[in-house]
Amino acid sequence: MTTVNVNVHHVTRVEGHGNVVVDVKNGEIKECRFEVVEAPRFFEAFVRGRPYYELSHITSRICGICSVGHATTSLRATEKALGMEPSEQTVLLRKLNFHGEMIDSHVLHTYYLVAPDFLGVGSVIPLIETHREVVERALRIKKLSGDLCAMIGGRHTHPCAMAVGGFTHLPTEAELRDMRDRFVEARADMDETIALFASLPWPEFERETEYVSLHKDEEYAFIDGTVVTSDGFSYPIEDYRKVTNEKCVPFSTAKWTHHNRDSYMVGALARLNNNFDQLHPRAQEAAAKLGLEPIVTNPFLNTAAQAVEMVHCIEDGLEIIDQLLTRGIQPEEPPPVDVKEGEGAGSCDVPRGILFHNYVYDEDGCCVEANCIIPTNQNMANLNADMQELLPQILDKPQDEIRLTLEMLVRAYDPCISCSAHFLTVEFV
Amino acid sequence: MSDTNTNGKPKVAFFDFASCEGCQLTVVDSLQTHLDLLDAVEIVQFREAMTEKGEDYQIAFVEGSCTRKSDEARLEKIREQADLVVALGACAHLGGVNSLKNLHPLEDVRRWVYGDKADWYETYAARPIGAVIQVDAVIPGCPIDREEFVRVVKALLLGKKPPVPDYPVCVECKLKENVCVLLEGQPCLGPVTRAGCDAICPTYGDGCEGCRGLIPNPNENSMEDVLDEAGLTVEEVLSRFTMFNAYQVQERMAEEEGK
Repeated sequence: MTTVNVNVHHVTRVEGHGNVVVDVKNGEIKECRFEVVEAPRFFEAFVRGRPYYELSHITSRICGICSVGHATTSLRATEKALGMEPSEQTVLLRKLNFHGEMIDSHVLHTYYLVAPDFLGVGSVIPLIETHREVVERALRIKKLSGDLCAMIGGRHTHPCAMAVGGFTHLPTEAELRDMRDRFVEARADMDETIALFASLPWPEFERETEYVSLHKDEEYAFIDGTVVTSDGFSYPIEDYRKVTNEKCVPFSTAKWTHHNRDSYMVGALARLNNNFDQLHPRAQEAAAKLGLEPIVTNPFLNTAAQAVEMVHCIEDGLEIIDQLLTRGIQPEEPPPVDVKEGEGAGSCDVPRGILFHNYVYDEDGCCVEANCIIPTNQNMANLNADMQELLPQILDKPQDEIRLTLEMLVRAYDPCISCSAHFLTVEFV
Repeated sequence: MSDTNTNGKPKVAFFDFASCEGCQLTVVDSLQTHLDLLDAVEIVQFREAMTEKGEDYQIAFVEGSCTRKSDEARLEKIREQADLVVALGACAHLGGVNSLKNLHPLEDVRRWVYGDKADWYETYAARPIGAVIQVDAVIPGCPIDREEFVRVVKALLLGKKPPVPDYPVCVECKLKENVCVLLEGQPCLGPVTRAGCDAICPTYGDGCEGCRGLIPNPNENSMEDVLDEAGLTVEEVLSRFTMFNAYQVQERMAEEEGK
């Protein structure tokens, strides 16, 4: 009979601290779970008392990878609370900036964090010797996305120029034209990316679950929209708590969530499953090459869905740049703010999935209540359910292979544990 | 003192405590333009980016604040092993945004986020790593500046003191010929904040938030007057100062009370 003890303390190549704990005695699974052991950071408590214009700057610090996503979500929550709507130019620039972060985060995850598992190495560093062209391509894509975010926000990690109602700095048309040329050139790198990830032997595992994302009829939704689930539910963003139903679990500083079932999944795969028709035609072609046809129920393919989204963001980014160039950049400043009491909920589908920020302001524009619900937390219950279903299917494999497969499953979710609760370790006890 | 690699490269390790990991990402991003850094050092531990985990290193870069008693032992172990400990970014250097929670009663903060389950999760007042162990060098900023990181690494490898400026952000801002954001009525801590960021926030139209910490002997009273002239209330002025420097503001207040 099988006895397996896997104890991966602080899973590597993820953002934050988490453990995988597996204990199997005589073929019977005693423990199989993913723990989040990141030091909690208490953002929701300490933004209370801060003025409205600081909120997006403070909450972008929840995550160094999705700081544009947090800032955008935060600004939308504040704008709704103050009864403001951004201009058309601001909406376009925010979308373009968001695409930059989406590509940046996805290239980090697909190339730097996941690809080494398939190439039999522990990090991207040995690949500089063995697969130099792959590493150089990854660095090139990362530089492009970082430069795009810097052009709009000043820098990618913790943008300077994003403000309530608009931007405090605008890109020039010359900068946009240069960026356009680089986006056109990046198509070749996207083709190579899809070819690379189409060649990888993804672990075989299927478990259907509920997929939750934003949705818009007119575009592949990243900013605003309605909250939809693959079980047929739809909610306005303000009703986000009906979806998330947060609860504390003792072995995780990340709270767990559930909706129609015991767990749900958010992220690139959930978006692709719910919004496939809105993907750019070239991204749909890429999905076909990767064998992704909704509903995709293998969670390992979340990484493949990220590759598809990179293609989408390049193509849609080109269209946004063209729109901005056709309109011409208008010298808009953020509009004056009519400070008043109010509550607002903002939502964006950031690289790792749907994110909510909800604030209440007093009559002086000081935050009195805040709630942030992070994608990684929403995936925790689903990841644990996947682990529990996957483990019995691989119990006859050598312990090292079990460990690697479980770690790969964790990585497929692209967990970002640094998110307010930081999180991950695999412990085979 | 541990040995250097057989090829003579110093061994370097990266560690993280309570933080967003944006500074480590900035380190990864520095490779876009400085891939040759990997020829100069051997990275033996970098959990965010690699599986290998070597415990033999000379230079330790530490991102994040210390926010739990149980993390002190981990910091002390790093101090014991490393010849040089470098605080990477505002959380490690100052306490940064993590120490905003210190402005509230700890019990209130814990209950607010985790309710009646607060006892499940350990925490204490956030502090810079320098409050727990001796730190040899600092790379300031939230996040760190990519080019400054490369400059500091080069200096450390040459055995020099890292070239972190002790003049204010205003100097760099003037050199860039920016219009002063204070004159436009925006709050800005540029006159008292350590330079080295190339005045990135004012350049992008936003006032300095003080993420690199204060310069030596800053004229804070005068700074408060300037912010007052910009039309900010006392609360807003204090808010500017505490965004990244709450730990220092509280330390100073405690010191003044003690006098």
